Amino acid sequence: MSAPEPVRMGIELSKVAKSYSSVQAVRGIDLAVAPGETVALLGPNGAGKTTTIDMILGLSRPDSGTVAVFGASPTEAVKSGWIGGTLQDGSPPDQLRVRELVALVASYYPHPLSVDEVLRQTGIADIAERWASKLSGGQAQRVGFAAALVGDPDLLVLDEPTSGIDVEGRREFWQAMRAVAERGKTILFATHYLEEADANADRIVLMARGQIVADGPATEIKAKVGSRSIRATLPGAGLAELGALPGVLSAERHGDAITLSCSDTDAALGALLSKFPNTRDVEVSGASLEEAFLELTVDKDDHDDRDTVGVAPSLVGQELR
Amino acid sequence: MSGATHVRYELLRALRSWRTLFLSFGLPLVVYCVIVPSKRHAVTDGISFPLYFMTGMAAYGAMWGSINPGARIARDRAKGWVRALRITPLRARNEIVAKVLTAYLIALLTLALLYLAGTLFGVRLDAAQWLEMTGLLLVGLAPFVAVGIALGHVLSVDALPAAMGGFVVLLALLGGAFGQLFTSGVMLTIVKLLPSFWLVHAGKTVVGSGSWPAEGWIVVAIWTLCLIPLAAIAYRHDTAIV
Repeated sequence: MSAPEPVRMGIELSKVAKSYSSVQAVRGIDLAVAPGETVALLGPNGAGKTTTIDMILGLSRPDSGTVAVFGASPTEAVKSGWIGGTLQDGSPPDQLRVRELVALVASYYPHPLSVDEVLRQTGIADIAERWASKLSGGQAQRVGFAAALVGDPDLLVLDEPTSGIDVEGRREFWQAMRAVAERGKTILFATHYLEEADANADRIVLMARGQIVADGPATEIKAKVGSRSIRATLPGAGLAELGALPGVLSAERHGDAITLSCSDTDAALGALLSKFPNTRDVEVSGASLEEAFLELTVDKDDHDDRDTVGVAPSLVGQELR
Repeated sequence: MSGATHVRYELLRALRSWRTLFLSFGLPLVVYCVIVPSKRHAVTDGISFPLYFMTGMAAYGAMWGSINPGARIARDRAKGWVRALRITPLRARNEIVAKVLTAYLIALLTLALLYLAGTLFGVRLDAAQWLEMTGLLLVGLAPFVAVGIALGHVLSVDALPAAMGGFVVLLALLGGAFGQLFTSGVMLTIVKLLPSFWLVHAGKTVVGSGSWPAEGWIVVAIWTLCLIPLAAIAYRHDTAIV
């Protein structure tokens, strides 16, 4: 059973739609990921990220449209060992030690990496002899990541890989993942943290309510949805000066009131207050990611849908779990 | 060799489980060693009690060993591991073969332990008879392997122990693993329809005719042929691409 060499195409989704009973989880999306690209699927719960990932992994079949991975069907790609991944809500099986679990998964792949090497890379060499089922959430996530890596697949698909990991663990996780990306692997990961997508992906694909609402370089998407604003009363400050503060994208003035659009309100606020101690009536407001998504998607929606839009995302999220 | 590694780890996992150690090995062995000394010279069902009870306890322990992969399947399902395996190149065939092989290897260990205990209490068979008995037991365990896989892919972790325990204990009891319940009448006719009856009577069979009567083969074959498709359906349903 010699697997054919992967054709140099990445992931290609064309007009893909998928419903579960009455919920339209994915509503006709087109998505292309080039080989070697790191792409974040960003969106709130219920956006359709997991459904999309399940179809790319061959765990579910689209109702309509086509999914191809390196030019093959997802099932063929999985069988050929081209894909490694972590799923949501998975935890390691019992009666296996961490090293054994990673070695077991390695044995399924035609050309696996060295188990010790992967344990070291993913920062779990020190827990290699622990029972895999008795780890903390963060450790278990990293074991899952090691298992996804060890087969040396061309495509890594990670569904919310950092859920349940603390801040330090996240930092280490992404460090390990970027090292993998540098080896030319294609990586697709789902997250609902804008910061993670921004810091770790070449490109962000924004999903909301089963649709792709934006798709572009991380910086572009971040500017679109990440903006928060600071309002304050500050007579006499120059707009150019305000606009140059760290974390500020643009500044406006209406009389004594100023409005700063920010990519990073924390940095902007700190700089504003230290540079202009006479700032008063400070008000920081910002759309949550979900609100930003709704804002981005509401125009694309039929008016009939609009009444339900406000509540839909969270409800959909519940049902898809 | 993905197949070999998978089998090795399956076996390791089975041997690390207290269920296996207790139900497949410890319990039948201890019960045998506690009960047999006072009845070393008794005769049951026309053969020596140590031989009868050795086969009974070997069958009982091996039934647990054969059905037990189901418990692992249910736990793996609950943890999302069955799903996680589906995005690796591991073939369904290799996965199932590993489960079946593990079931049989654990069952063989149970048989070895009980045979050893039996010989310590005076059971003497010639090599051909030991082999025949082992062969009959392994054939008769097939329905239990299939039931384990079917239940493991259908029932939740909470429901599984009761279902498996009920199945094994009831069949073992009625089959006569703990002693003959029925020597004649309609109940004997009924229990002869159970595969466990033929498992328990493998010992008597090898010192007598050497093989089950046609009735025994038919009963075991029907159970096996009905349960394997059920296990296949359960597996497919559980791992279907939806």
